[in-house]
Amino acid sequence: MKLLTGTSKGLVVYHRVSGSWKVDKVHFTGMPVSMVYVDPRTNTWWLGLAHRHWGQKLHFSVDEGQSWQSVPMPRYPEGAEFRPGRPATLKKIWCMQQAGPNRPGGLWLGTEPGGLFYSSDNGRHFELVESLWNHPSRLDENQWFGAGRDYPFIHSIVVDPRDESHVYIAVSCAGVFETRDGGQSWEPRNNGLVAAYLPNPAAEVGHDPHLLLACNANPDVMWQQNHCGIFRTTNGGQSWDNVTGVNGFPNYGFALAIDHEDPEKAWVAPAVSDEMRVAPGLALCTCRTEDGGRTWQAQRNGLPQEHCFDIVFRHSLAKRGPVLAFGTTTGNLYLSEDYGDNWACLSAHLARVDAVTFA
Amino acid sequence: MPTVRFTTALKRFFPSLKEHQVAGATVAEVLEEIEALYPGIRDYVVDEQGRLRQHVNIFLSGELIEDKEALQDKVGEKDEVYVFQALSGG
Repeated sequence: MKLLTGTSKGLVVYHRVSGSWKVDKVHFTGMPVSMVYVDPRTNTWWLGLAHRHWGQKLHFSVDEGQSWQSVPMPRYPEGAEFRPGRPATLKKIWCMQQAGPNRPGGLWLGTEPGGLFYSSDNGRHFELVESLWNHPSRLDENQWFGAGRDYPFIHSIVVDPRDESHVYIAVSCAGVFETRDGGQSWEPRNNGLVAAYLPNPAAEVGHDPHLLLACNANPDVMWQQNHCGIFRTTNGGQSWDNVTGVNGFPNYGFALAIDHEDPEKAWVAPAVSDEMRVAPGLALCTCRTEDGGRTWQAQRNGLPQEHCFDIVFRHSLAKRGPVLAFGTTTGNLYLSEDYGDNWACLSAHLARVDAVTFA
Repeated sequence: MPTVRFTTALKRFFPSLKEHQVAGATVAEVLEEIEALYPGIRDYVVDEQGRLRQHVNIFLSGELIEDKEALQDKVGEKDEVYVFQALSGG
């Protein structure tokens, strides 16, 4: 097993050697890695790079980083407008998701300013999913708008393992959308969410999920760390339950990990609040629930408990089996081999961590 | 023919990149010729709408080009076209 850590200054790959995790190799040194994705069907490693000067780029490796290739960038079609009179251009690559074993070569790609792309040839060509791009809500600046960025962005894509034409996306800001026909039509699925920053907090669209995940064993159970708390659904997004911690801890945060065999288990990496984006009490922790979010337990063993200004971005917490890892905005990287009960620091001097995943 | 020079930063992505003399009566046409020599390089300089990227500068014989939307500045036979990166922090 390898740990891929995408930072603002390159991709750092760790592997487990003689019982401990060591750096295997650094790739794209000095370059900002905005997305890391491993296609489980082929073990293809995908990287999104967000160059300051040269735009967004996509690279992939089919030999675990021994060599890299690039693909032509997805393009917003000529004439595509973010809003009337404002041409749409690719601002950032946020996420990628394989389209399922029955669609070999199928890849979804979530981008900013709000375009979802699909490739049927393993990423050699991407096409904008026009049905979502032309959804009436996307065209409404009161429903799709930027959150911490100037433009809305698609950061989560969930493909139902029972039915590959059944897909969810999550957008900051807009919320969760569902298609049951492979992307031909989309419906918002935000009932029960709270958008405390809107005049109508129960608006149909305008929510800010920070990350959306579904349990493989029971895909009707989905979790989201939202701007306004932690939410869980047991009916495929027909309604969401607020499972924020008692007394507001945990509440705010970006990252989320779930157990893909047990739909009752999830982990978050809390921050204080929207207004105070630091570790709660300046003490770093993760929180785990084993009862569907009714109760949460803080996990602090091995994590620094004073003067921590770290927060964990949405794609920077990963889980595979009992192993969890997270990277922080201040360049710290932690790993646990026992479901988060005990943590060890792998590095305290990386650049800002934007993505963590296992391969 | 005009001469085209590049910031060394682009050699990271196009290791064989060097100075060239290419045909072209506008900056866009010059860039088209360079794209033929180094496939993919245009996407590093302009976005998918053909506009100069925000943090890239093109100088035409010492002056910043005027048309950053369509790169239609006229290029003379003896002009030098410089493709630079803008300065940034971090």
